[in-house]
Amino acid sequence: MGIFSVYIVNKAGGLIYQYDHNSQRTEIEKTFSYPLELVLKTFDEKVMVAFGERDGIKVGHTVLSINGIPAEGKYLQDRRDILEVLNDETNYPINIKFGRAKLTANEKLMLASMFHSLFAIGCQLSPEQRSSGIELLETDTFKLHCFQTMTGIKFMVITDPKQTAVDIFLKKLYEVYSDFALKNPFYSLDMPIRCELFDNNLQLAIEQAERLGVSNI
Amino acid sequence: MTIYNFYVFDRNGTCLYYVDWNRRKQSGMSADEEYKLMYGMIFSIKSFVNRISPTDVKDGFMSFKTSQYKLHFFESLSGLKFIMNTDLNVGNIRDNLKQIYSTIYVEYVVKNPNCELDKQITSDLFRTKLDDYIKGLPFFAAKVS
Repeated sequence: MGIFSVYIVNKAGGLIYQYDHNSQRTEIEKTFSYPLELVLKTFDEKVMVAFGERDGIKVGHTVLSINGIPAEGKYLQDRRDILEVLNDETNYPINIKFGRAKLTANEKLMLASMFHSLFAIGCQLSPEQRSSGIELLETDTFKLHCFQTMTGIKFMVITDPKQTAVDIFLKKLYEVYSDFALKNPFYSLDMPIRCELFDNNLQLAIEQAERLGVSNI
Repeated sequence: MTIYNFYVFDRNGTCLYYVDWNRRKQSGMSADEEYKLMYGMIFSIKSFVNRISPTDVKDGFMSFKTSQYKLHFFESLSGLKFIMNTDLNVGNIRDNLKQIYSTIYVEYVVKNPNCELDKQITSDLFRTKLDDYIKGLPFFAAKVS
């Protein structure tokens, strides 16, 4: 339901603002006996499920905690290697919590600049004259709406596929940005936005858009 | 409504087939370069979507829109990618792309022993069948310019 997150990208592809709204993360906890039915691999400093979906655990889920001890990258909080713990038969039965890994700040930066170039390629590969870049990207779980201003700032909003009136929200977002980020004397252009007034007004705009989107259906 | 062009890629990124109908703008590079760019874009979008999605994805990326055109994407489980560019008024044509895969590609390429699966499709039969199918689609009608 509603709006998942907001990204603001400057004209060079740098992420200057990111906000996650009501992200409901699925976490699945299960007790396993030896040997483990799942195939786990380390990928990107995380322990991921590579094969064997069961009981809601999907390929791509990462290990979040073992016996209640949270994971930090490929190690547990007590510095033990997760794969070594899982390979040791004496640790079983063992309780593992799986879920989609939360995006780190670095990954968000990377995804934002990735979209920046996809936007440009989308325009270049156009079969029709004078096309803009990607304005709406649809998948089965979310829609990504992007609005580029004349000055090259991109506002990206990730919403539920059923959310309506997102273009109005994007315009509103631009307004909030102009009023509370640009008019802030301590804000320098193209730098990350750290401004309480902006945060508050953005949240108000999101809540308003969600109500509007629901009443429109 | 109109259909601009259509690409088929295999799982390794080779462009198996390309055809265009009412394309107005060339990309300003050689065909080969363009296929590589298109494949690269699709590949990156797939990975982008998988990572930025707040929940687990099933089909993943389906289409995107710019101010002028809409790109539709369908990937078979074996990694074949079907990409069709149409104008903005065309709705969801996933089923049509699926049909192109199951009734045209499978019938006239996979079942044809003369067609090598990882090479460009040169079969005339495939070409005419695909052309007939697409020209028969209700949203094919060329825009009056």
